[in-house]
Amino acid sequence: MNKKRDTRRADREKNLLVIEDLVKHFDISGGFLDQLKWENGRLARKRTLVKAVNNVSFSILPGETLSVVGESGCGKSTLARTILGLYPPNSGGIFYRGDRLESLSSEKMLPYRARMQMIFQDPYASLNPRMTVERILEEPLRFHKRSLKNSEVKEKVAEVMSQVGVDQKWSDRYPHEFSGGQRQRISIARALMVDPEFIVADEPVSALDVSIQAQILNLLMDAQDRRGLTYLFITHDLSVVRHISTRVAVMYLGTMCELAPTGDLFENPRHPYTRALLSAIPRLGEKKPKHIRLKGEVPTPIDLPPGCVFHGRCMYADERCRTEVPRFNLCDSGSRVACHRVEEGKL
Amino acid sequence: MNTLERFRRSYFFYSFKRDKTALVSFSIFAFLVLVSLLAPVIAPHDPYDTSTIDILDAEIPPSWMDGGEDRFWLGTDIQGRDLYSTMLYGLRTSVAIGLGAVIFQALLGIAVGLTAGYMGGKTDSFLMRIADIQFSIPYLIVAIIASAVFQLAFGVARFAEMAMPLLIVIIGISEWPKYARTVRASVLGERKKEYVEAARVIGLNRWRIMIRHILPNTLTPVLVISTIQVAQAVMSEAALSFLGLGMPITKPSLGSLIKAGFEYVFSGSWWITFFPGLLLVVFTLVVILFGDWLRDVLNPKLYKG
Amino acid sequence: MAHLLEVEDLEVKFALRFGALTAIDGMSFTLDKREKLGIVGESGAGKSVTGFAIINLLSKPGYISGGRIIFEGRELNKLPDEEMRQLRGNRISMIFQDPMMTLNPVFTIGTQMVETLQAHRRIGKREAWDLAVEKLRKVYIPSPETRMHQYPFEMSGGMRQRIVIAIALLTDPSLIIADEPTTALDVTIQAGIMDLLQELCESEDMGLILITHDLAVVSQVTERIIVMYAGKIVETGPTEAIIHNQKHPYTKGLIASLPGVGEAGNRLNQIPGMMPTLTAIPEGCAFHPRCKMSEAVCQREQPKPMPVMDPGHFSACHFANSKEIVI
Repeated sequence: MNKKRDTRRADREKNLLVIEDLVKHFDISGGFLDQLKWENGRLARKRTLVKAVNNVSFSILPGETLSVVGESGCGKSTLARTILGLYPPNSGGIFYRGDRLESLSSEKMLPYRARMQMIFQDPYASLNPRMTVERILEEPLRFHKRSLKNSEVKEKVAEVMSQVGVDQKWSDRYPHEFSGGQRQRISIARALMVDPEFIVADEPVSALDVSIQAQILNLLMDAQDRRGLTYLFITHDLSVVRHISTRVAVMYLGTMCELAPTGDLFENPRHPYTRALLSAIPRLGEKKPKHIRLKGEVPTPIDLPPGCVFHGRCMYADERCRTEVPRFNLCDSGSRVACHRVEEGKL
Repeated sequence: MNTLERFRRSYFFYSFKRDKTALVSFSIFAFLVLVSLLAPVIAPHDPYDTSTIDILDAEIPPSWMDGGEDRFWLGTDIQGRDLYSTMLYGLRTSVAIGLGAVIFQALLGIAVGLTAGYMGGKTDSFLMRIADIQFSIPYLIVAIIASAVFQLAFGVARFAEMAMPLLIVIIGISEWPKYARTVRASVLGERKKEYVEAARVIGLNRWRIMIRHILPNTLTPVLVISTIQVAQAVMSEAALSFLGLGMPITKPSLGSLIKAGFEYVFSGSWWITFFPGLLLVVFTLVVILFGDWLRDVLNPKLYKG
Repeated sequence: MAHLLEVEDLEVKFALRFGALTAIDGMSFTLDKREKLGIVGESGAGKSVTGFAIINLLSKPGYISGGRIIFEGRELNKLPDEEMRQLRGNRISMIFQDPMMTLNPVFTIGTQMVETLQAHRRIGKREAWDLAVEKLRKVYIPSPETRMHQYPFEMSGGMRQRIVIAIALLTDPSLIIADEPTTALDVTIQAGIMDLLQELCESEDMGLILITHDLAVVSQVTERIIVMYAGKIVETGPTEAIIHNQKHPYTKGLIASLPGVGEAGNRLNQIPGMMPTLTAIPEGCAFHPRCKMSEAVCQREQPKPMPVMDPGHFSACHFANSKEIVI
């Protein structure tokens, strides 16, 4: 027993971030009156729970880029926000360099906030429309480093701005005067102002044009090289994932199905969902392979199916899958897969 | 680009210049406010100075009519005061109460709406219930009770002195829920936006986010309803004064002037009610027209680049 | 042989307070029955505007300032409103990115489909209903009779988009214009919709114009591609050629900047700068400020599309035939 606890602790300290059995549910039952429903001839209280993240466990090594992919409703955005403390988890642990984060008060969280930052998807909503670029960039710095003099703040802002490709002349302009790509640069600058170690990027290029995507992705990769950053990259775009990640995690309905080094995932996907997903991506210039058509519609995270969340659409499902939730097991190749068939060695 | 230049080049100003209704209504509004502020300077007579008023001058018709006198352009009221001067002072009082009440409503309403919207949960329910209760009590009842209580407690004379602030508070209290609801709706929308999440990720505390990030973004709808609210406050004050619950006859507002002259309409001295009434209508109309234009131009969905 | 659709020197302008801005500057292309054409470009290039211009649905301040659009032999831009309305949604159907742009949230699917049919032909309610159910089946919607009684909010995004396609098919159009039909959908659903569109073009004898920014999707579905930049066609040709043998620096740069094309982990190719906004389109070739091959002639003269090696392949670059394309 102690050995397990010791390996766990060693694990937590070796990794930058360790997530253990994270659960996040949203209760959208509404007020008391909204919960009352007429069922089977009697008045009953119905609670509606959106089970966004269900027992997710993984770790991130310093310096790596872990991408989390999945389609809409899979819980990847919720996962990202829960890790950063924007939502308090229902249960589970978040460990940053061995320190437990999820139950810290906002005051105690402050030093960690300077080390963990976030970049958002929507360049149009992620910058305060009533603040100038200068104010937006100065704010995190002034907040975390109160002792800095005015001139030092301005110097640092100018430095980060040039690193990120934001022109000095834009300082007193407002966000609406810029294009999507430029705003995203400003967002990235804001995240870098406090010299963080860990950045969560939630679909940072999905809303951008193709040629701008390339610029921003290069910017992110350069920043990583220069500053030794660790990224948690959330996206639905598998070609981006393939290009920049060291490891990839695939999520479906709040559960992590597969976690593998990038090359392994793309060459040899194990989980049936991963396989279907990969077969559906349109590839440039290659004649389309017959894609695996998934049966049925995506169920909602409100009415989570019992057992394996994917069993309703999986062609390998059997009785065990309908009743038993698969464990996120370590395979011989080093990847983790949550599938009974894979565990049984049949896939 | 500094603020003045930015304003001059903005769509807001461009649209203003092109819309005749906006130009005319704003000009008249500005003119009336200016005139009312300069009342002590412009008015030929001081209606508050009892030594200049002669009861024998009462009920003189406007200067262009039979029996009119040149020194009283629009005639006099029942006490012998020059109607024109009294109207100017009356307008000043009405405008002061109108603006004062709206500032009161706005400050209170914004504070409540912001807190309720951002905190959510029980705080939100509690504050909004209070707003609902407040909203369902007609301001007239509040005014009657407040006036009566005050007069009983402090006497009529004291009431006359405190009438203006008291009216500001009464009208302010009755209408703050409107601001609270508007701001709360805006806050609910802004709260979900990613720049608020970014502020939380930086580590800013609730109050700072509410006041420095969310508040500035909720002010556009506040501006839009404010113009209409000014018109409404002026009208409310006029109604209260008409009922005898508002400004006393010694410090008249347009409403109390209308009331004072009302009994004399049928005996022939129609001008005592008519001119103050006309001024009140014109003032309210231009404020509302300007407010209408403002609402359209600030509506993000109608914005045509 | 007459083309299904012929666009000749189309010019679209936007009348703004500063003056008129040119959104599309002299665009020409053709489309035949059963042909699938892709129009690609980044936001602001003018691809959606092209779609709207064809069916004359440009909202003010946009207007067609020049050129001709000939559909099944008739000149569309000269047609009076009444006749255009008979064609729109009838012979030419359009599918948008957001199914809720087509579907009215307060009516059931059945009501909306029957209404669409009855707007274009004299047909009884019962008959229209049956026809609608048949079209729902054609787009592989399970239990179509039940769906007819449902509201849009009761369905997923992918299902809604299928219904939109079914509505587009109701009147047996000869041309479908699809403007980013799958951009808002998940990858697995997207694949299904694109397959469906391909299949329907063959089986229903329709022409398809697919407007999108997603080069991968367009490379799988279409036979010809038009690449737009700042309101002009910069390159057009068979899909194979555009994907593997680009003859314009913009197209080449664009393809090279896609992740998944080059080596993973390397820096992606980046085209410096941004596409000019309509108010700031440079003289000469609109792409020259960002182009590594730019020379004096590029700053003076706007290049017209000229034929290059492969048949049907045109490039609007002064050096398309004389130099190797460098990015």
